[in-house]
Amino acid sequence: MDNPVLLTQEAWSSLQTAAWAVLILPLLSFLVNGLWLGRKHERAAGWTATALLGATLACALHVASGWRSLVLQHPELYPSRTALAWEHVWLNFGGNLSARLGFYLDPASVMMIVVVSAISFLVHFYSIRYMKHERGAGRFFALLSLFTFAMLGLIVSGNLIQTFFFWELVGAASYLLIGFWYTKPAAVAASKKAFVLTRFADAFFLMGVLLTGVNTGSFDFLVVNGPAAAAELNRTLGAGLFAFKLLSVTTVLLYMGAWGKSAMFPFHVWLPDAMEGPTPVSALIHSATMVVAGVYLTARLFPLFAAAEHTLQLVAFTGALTAVFAAAVACTQTDLKRILAFSTLSQLGLMMLALGVSIPTVANGGGGAVTTIANTAGYTAALFHVFTHAFFKSLLFLSAGVIIHAIHSNDLRDAGGLRKKMPWTYISTLAACLALAGLWPFAGFFSKEEILGAALGNGHFTFVAAGLLTGGLTAFYMTRYFVLVFHGSARTHASSAMNADHAGAAHHGPTEPLLMVLPLIVLTVPSVLVGWLGRNAFLKDMLPWTSSATAPVEHLEAHAGFPWMVLVATALALSGIGTGLYLYGRKRWTAGYADDRGPWLYRILRDKLYVDEVYSFLIRKVGSRFVITPADWAERKILNASFDQGGGVLNKLARGLSRYQNGQVQRSVATALLGLVLLLALYFSGSPLPHLFGSLK
Amino acid sequence: MTPVSTFAYSAASNLLTLTWALPLASAAALALFPRQRVSAIRRFALAANTLNLILVAVLTVLFFKSPPVPNTSSGGTETMLAFAADHEWLSVLNVHYLIGVDAISITLMLLAAVILFSGTLASWTIGAPGGTGKVAALASSENGAKEFFILLQILAAGVFGCFISFDLFTFFVFNELTLIPTYLLIALFGSGRREYAAMKLTLILMGGSALIFLGIFGLYFESGIHSFSILELSQVRFHPDFQGWAFPVLFLGFGILGNMFPFHIWSPDGHASAPTAVSMLLAGVHMKLGAYGCLRIAMYLLPEGAGMWMNVFLIPAVVGVVWGGFVAVRQKDLKYMNAYSSVSHCGLVFVGLATLNLIGLRGAVLQMLAHGFITATVFAVIGMIYQRTHTRRIPDMSGLMRSIPFLSVVFVIAGMAALGLPGFAGFAAELNIFLGAFAAAGTLARMGAVLAVLSIIVSAIYILRAVNGVLHGPPKENAAVLSDAVPVEKIALLTLLAAILVLGLWPGPVVHRIDDALMPILNNLKR
Repeated sequence: MDNPVLLTQEAWSSLQTAAWAVLILPLLSFLVNGLWLGRKHERAAGWTATALLGATLACALHVASGWRSLVLQHPELYPSRTALAWEHVWLNFGGNLSARLGFYLDPASVMMIVVVSAISFLVHFYSIRYMKHERGAGRFFALLSLFTFAMLGLIVSGNLIQTFFFWELVGAASYLLIGFWYTKPAAVAASKKAFVLTRFADAFFLMGVLLTGVNTGSFDFLVVNGPAAAAELNRTLGAGLFAFKLLSVTTVLLYMGAWGKSAMFPFHVWLPDAMEGPTPVSALIHSATMVVAGVYLTARLFPLFAAAEHTLQLVAFTGALTAVFAAAVACTQTDLKRILAFSTLSQLGLMMLALGVSIPTVANGGGGAVTTIANTAGYTAALFHVFTHAFFKSLLFLSAGVIIHAIHSNDLRDAGGLRKKMPWTYISTLAACLALAGLWPFAGFFSKEEILGAALGNGHFTFVAAGLLTGGLTAFYMTRYFVLVFHGSARTHASSAMNADHAGAAHHGPTEPLLMVLPLIVLTVPSVLVGWLGRNAFLKDMLPWTSSATAPVEHLEAHAGFPWMVLVATALALSGIGTGLYLYGRKRWTAGYADDRGPWLYRILRDKLYVDEVYSFLIRKVGSRFVITPADWAERKILNASFDQGGGVLNKLARGLSRYQNGQVQRSVATALLGLVLLLALYFSGSPLPHLFGSLK
Repeated sequence: MTPVSTFAYSAASNLLTLTWALPLASAAALALFPRQRVSAIRRFALAANTLNLILVAVLTVLFFKSPPVPNTSSGGTETMLAFAADHEWLSVLNVHYLIGVDAISITLMLLAAVILFSGTLASWTIGAPGGTGKVAALASSENGAKEFFILLQILAAGVFGCFISFDLFTFFVFNELTLIPTYLLIALFGSGRREYAAMKLTLILMGGSALIFLGIFGLYFESGIHSFSILELSQVRFHPDFQGWAFPVLFLGFGILGNMFPFHIWSPDGHASAPTAVSMLLAGVHMKLGAYGCLRIAMYLLPEGAGMWMNVFLIPAVVGVVWGGFVAVRQKDLKYMNAYSSVSHCGLVFVGLATLNLIGLRGAVLQMLAHGFITATVFAVIGMIYQRTHTRRIPDMSGLMRSIPFLSVVFVIAGMAALGLPGFAGFAAELNIFLGAFAAAGTLARMGAVLAVLSIIVSAIYILRAVNGVLHGPPKENAAVLSDAVPVEKIALLTLLAAILVLGLWPGPVVHRIDDALMPILNNLKR
């Protein structure tokens, strides 16, 4: 598929070069900052990294436009809208099985490289000011660039091995960035939790990858997603009680990776704790990019998942559960960033839900199961929501960073009345909140509506209800967040001091540093506009398998049939906002109860349904006590002790034997005779023992 | 039967001999040094080992530039050697000095040379009276640099001799040559319960040697040709009954040396008590002789035995992978943590061998290299931290990242490599092993594969526990006085890291040649 005749060689090679640059530039930024600038020139590190990321963004845009003009405009050459900019074999496994490093361009990856490089660029820019007084800023930029490199490598992967490769690298970068303030015990614990928990999921993911490769003979998405691969996997292994469908097992294992990385319930516990990292990290990694990798992977393998019997149902179920659960918990949290983290969880749940509700029609053909994807509205909706969510959620995190920077606290109870002092932050946060709440014409409205439409179109009324409930709760907790931060009166010393006079401001620097506010303003634009502008493009061009041309048509019809959906969703969002305004604006509720009081439901939600406690129990009481301790005990008391005891036994034996050799002639002769008798007996018994080593010539 | 005399003798075979003769000669020369001249002694050892590294690197380049023509005839079972030479040296038993290398042995030799070089640098402070490194054990042997380096060089000579020998008897002699210096190095220069550890290691490894000895002479007599030549013996089809008992004897004998569960108990005590350079060399290279022997001797010469027994040996292999990880989680001493992590990672080598397919075998060879480099790096950096903090206990350390950033960053990178992060050598190896295990026939292999893959969770737990405990967290009060790595140490660590990265990022060319070298073994197994 490389360079068909029709296209100019020049345009294609410029696309290839830009594609290389998209990966090389962030890597270069990592190396330059990590090896050279980081320790000595921290100011220069920030600017260098930002400049290189700016160049990355330019290259990503160039790739996107090249892809549009070369691939999208030529459906006759690229029926699946998919092209490979370049590819190299990394490791050959014999046969057709190989691990390759490639740059795979399809609608989803093109969209994602632009989003990731854009947000990464803005976050780098923002961090210059944010990290100005931090120790180790050079290390910070190096790692941020490393993350961007790994994330881009993950996005453009065309096969499962490359995906896993970069999947682990983003995890490692995330680990190092969560633990950036490595002297803070909470940050250290959070980093370990994030890595180990995602690693747990990744082990199963790796099994899924290997099973896919072994059974289908390929790791490539193009092959794996084809009907032949599904047919190959569609067999039953084992028998009786242990019979299982290989396809179901493989797809669920693959989904486990997404489950952990996108922090679906009950793997979600690492994400709120990950907020211990610097806020720009939360904005880039733990809201807009890395955590959507799971959604992205599920979308990548969508046809394979769709071919399995229950996998998509599992996807939808975990998504719905996480969406509602996290939204409910978000209503009770008092930490600015944790509210946003739970909001992220909830939105990721919605994306998964959208993917899961696309029910395929499975028609059993002659040779094996032939899968046709009947309604892919959910696929489009999920990626659309990934797109819109990236902008307004990173905006929310960056604005939270400005707020935290100003009041020196993460706590909602310390904020308040900041509207006057932080007008830019106020406006941009307002736009992001409305977008997240899903009000017209903000970005979130359109993608949320797509998701609900997809669920409804496929007759999943439970999931529609979950989506609507999530929408209402989202509007409520964002109103709570917004009102408590910006309205009312200053609640604590820090914020009141800041409000009272400019002396404090001069002491801390400006309340809204220009370099930090600029990215907020830039991000406000897409938070308002991308939904409205992007909707048609997404509906038209997002599917990589246009051969089933029916999909978009059906999708639109499904939509046209339910105009009341929009009204219900908007009404719920408005009532959520209304409730929030009433309770926190008019009745002046505070962020939470001062101590352990409060209704039981509130306490359960505030304590996050005690999932962390369950983990703690499993690790400390079960894992440690019943696995590690016995192993350690057996190692010492059985294996090593048996060696030590064996030494003692030998010693005793030797002492006994030496006592036997007492030097008396009678005993020596008797022993010699005994030996002779034994040897003769052996010889005449016809035992093979003397012949063991063949004939001793 | 292939006549052995068909080799094209090349000058390079003399260079091959030099790889063990040089360390041995340098040991002899070191004996002539006055013991007070500590600086001269270590400079001389470094010079010798640098020269040896260059020598092996040149040989590796020569090998990869014109590798021996692989046996293209399908089903060819003859190993093609480069730089081969053959001299009879004990005519009574038909023992030959038969040397040569294929891709497996030359890469393992490069591993050994790199680790020996970095190990020399890492033990720069050994025996320096009043130097920066007040290694506790030196109390017993004040100013012991001379003995230390003499013994280290003898150990190195044995290791290189093993890798080039294609005569079982010669191999055995070189293998035994490694044991005595190992005992003395641990007993004299070690720390903790060093005498106990040295005795335990030596006794258990001697037990392994006894089995190897039995197996080798079994092969010699049973072959009917009275030969120790691996090349000749590989063409003999041994009787299945013989294979049935000789294979487990040989595999177990080498498996004990190769750190196989449950005979691994010599290694944690031994590695933890040994001085840094010896830990590096023991865990990084010496242990690989065991796995190498399993592959090159037990499996290659007794393929049907391998077919009969491999499913049995898969069990201790997999148990070792999981077991080592579990026990590592509980260790408080960094060296014990890494030693048990070695048990786990060496278990993976045996899992790879047990797959009996190309991907798995190749994974096993890659894992020998990867684990060698990675564990040596971890031991080196632990040793350097120990020299500064005078403790290896995880609970006694905290926040070292602030005071010794270079060593800490290397520790993090080595840790990430050890837990199998992609981009480092360990991942390339593990990926092949896992894939080979899933592709292997039989439910047992697949169940083993599942458990082996799950071990990557455990490795993440113990590595992060160490990294977070030692490097992160609030710095201790006295941490400010610690000094970061000196240039000598930096060179040692960077050399090792470079090897880990090259193998991890660009395994293709090496794998290609290793596949060529594995084909005769694999064809024998299929026979």
